[in-house]
Amino acid sequence: MNFARFLNPRSLPLVITTSLFALLYGFGAVSYDAFLSPQVFVNLLIDNGFLVVVAVGMTFVIISGGIDLSVGSIVALTTMVSATLAQQHHWNFWQILPLVLAIGCLFGLFMGVLIQVFKLQAFIVTLGGMFLARGLCYVISIDSISITEPSFTVLAEYRIPLGEETFVSTSGVVAIALLAVGVYLAHYTRFGRTVYAIGGNERSAMLMGLPVAKTKIMVYVLSGFCSALGGVLVTLYMQSGYGLHALGMELDAIAAAVIGGTLLTGGVGYVVGTLVGVMILGVIQTLIVFDGSLSSWWTRIAIGGLLFVFCLLQRLLDRSGKKIRTKN
Amino acid sequence: MNLQSISKGRLFWPLVALFLMVMVNFWFNPDFFSIKVVNNGLYGSVIDILNRAAPVMLIAMGMTLVIATRGIDISVGATVAISGAIAAALIGGSLEIKDGVQTYVSNTPMSLAILAALGVGLLCGLWNGFLVAGVGMQPIIATLILMVAGRGIAQLITGGQIVTIYYEPFFFFGNGFFLGVPFAIYLVAAVAVVLLLLVHRTALGLFVQAVGLNPTASRFSGISARALIFWVYGFCGVTAAVAGVIIASNVKSADGNNAGLMMELDAILAVALGGTSLDGGRFSLIGTLIGALILQTLSYAIYSLGVPPEINLVVKAIVVFVVCLIQSEALRNMLFQRRTRVEGQA
Repeated sequence: MNFARFLNPRSLPLVITTSLFALLYGFGAVSYDAFLSPQVFVNLLIDNGFLVVVAVGMTFVIISGGIDLSVGSIVALTTMVSATLAQQHHWNFWQILPLVLAIGCLFGLFMGVLIQVFKLQAFIVTLGGMFLARGLCYVISIDSISITEPSFTVLAEYRIPLGEETFVSTSGVVAIALLAVGVYLAHYTRFGRTVYAIGGNERSAMLMGLPVAKTKIMVYVLSGFCSALGGVLVTLYMQSGYGLHALGMELDAIAAAVIGGTLLTGGVGYVVGTLVGVMILGVIQTLIVFDGSLSSWWTRIAIGGLLFVFCLLQRLLDRSGKKIRTKN
Repeated sequence: MNLQSISKGRLFWPLVALFLMVMVNFWFNPDFFSIKVVNNGLYGSVIDILNRAAPVMLIAMGMTLVIATRGIDISVGATVAISGAIAAALIGGSLEIKDGVQTYVSNTPMSLAILAALGVGLLCGLWNGFLVAGVGMQPIIATLILMVAGRGIAQLITGGQIVTIYYEPFFFFGNGFFLGVPFAIYLVAAVAVVLLLLVHRTALGLFVQAVGLNPTASRFSGISARALIFWVYGFCGVTAAVAGVIIASNVKSADGNNAGLMMELDAILAVALGGTSLDGGRFSLIGTLIGALILQTLSYAIYSLGVPPEINLVVKAIVVFVVCLIQSEALRNMLFQRRTRVEGQA
């Protein structure tokens, strides 16, 4: 492996992100003794598992050149539907799971069809989806519903030991599994390659005979599915359903994807990068908790700052890439 | 003028929608148009709707110009929170009794505090403008940065708490009446008149449209597109700041977390309802004002009908989808083709 490959504009953001993660983690380890405990690292995954799942779906949407603002609301709707069915209708977890996943897919399908068939802007359609899903939450109930259904609590409290004194929760395992599926889909399937092609240049993709319409709709279905799965994980994590859960999660998911090196213009990005992006958001949060004196709102300011730096970086890379092309 | 030319006017459909919403209100609430005079102020449903729509109307006017230049500003809600927080933190205020006379004391002079709030709004807008016009980021992403960080900054200013304001003169902006009409309505009218004059009496409106329709062509024709876009975002920031001051004054406090929450969406929706294409270019400020009023009348109807207010979001979602579909050229082509096909068979 040569050095030039690292400086490839496509992978440079990922290299920078990974170094930044190592740097932040190293800073934490030097400053606080307890930071080096493996559980702190695993907790990053446990506390942000749902965000990993949602952000993977978002990554596909952004690579295809679109955007999905409805993910946070679909997460909330999933928690609400799960909680109501579990508490008031005494369904168990395994009956609810397929239903909520189907609801997520249907939501994605609906928005994908509007975007693709009627040529509407993804931004405004998914905005409508966001209103609709949050509104439906409030229609179900405006109160928070705690879940005491045994099948939920068993799963929520289930811990898989990893060596001594370290354990991982169900949501951590699901997040890693979904990430693996995402990487496989993006880099080893026809679907994934088509998504990259559409993001790079939709017209060319169409002229190449790729199934553009079908793939674009499927991307939103995938995002809806990931949001619903993320919602299931949030339900387990919070053990409740509430219309105000996951407020603003779409922003975190977009931020994670961008920080992980996905170009917002589409066509470039790594699903693994999104994991690193989520982990960086997690480390910032953990550092602020360990510090104790910084208030929680510094998280938002730090995320905004990081987002700025990475967007700037993307623009610079884009410009230098164009210069090289014109020179050649 | 025949019926067809009227129905093709750009304000026709927004006006029809507003008329229908008003009629729905009137149907269920015969007192809808009645206006009473209480304590030197006019009270009634119509006044209430105008007053409550004021912040969204202001922001939506700034948003109209931004959208006309092919942009979007999703950070206005955060700007509302920041400017409200600045105003509240600078004014604060307390009630002191000197020589048996109650006087209201503010931390800094009120005019200074309001200027500071508007200045910060301008800065927020110019920051967005710099990212879009200077750095060349996509507008959604450029303003996403401030949207994420802005609420953090607002909470930083308020110390994470809801800052209550105890300085009575400040309440005039959001609650006061001038010649019987709520003061906020005058603010909207003033901004609207100035903007309409600028847009229709000078070349500014033409420039904005030109930049939105074809940035390259407008640059070749000598319009400094970058400077224009920069200042248009700045103006949008100022309108958000004015809205922030009105809201802070109305609720007599500043809440970094919830002030102006989802307001960017309402503003964008008002612009879309008013007939401005989200693809940039031709825009209508009057249409935007009507759009904001449609939204507020809709909410009012929902409240007065006794429908649970939770339905409001669902209704708004349906409105978004319907408006998008009406604007969709693809759908129009589909319907048109079908009709010609049917005619061809006949």
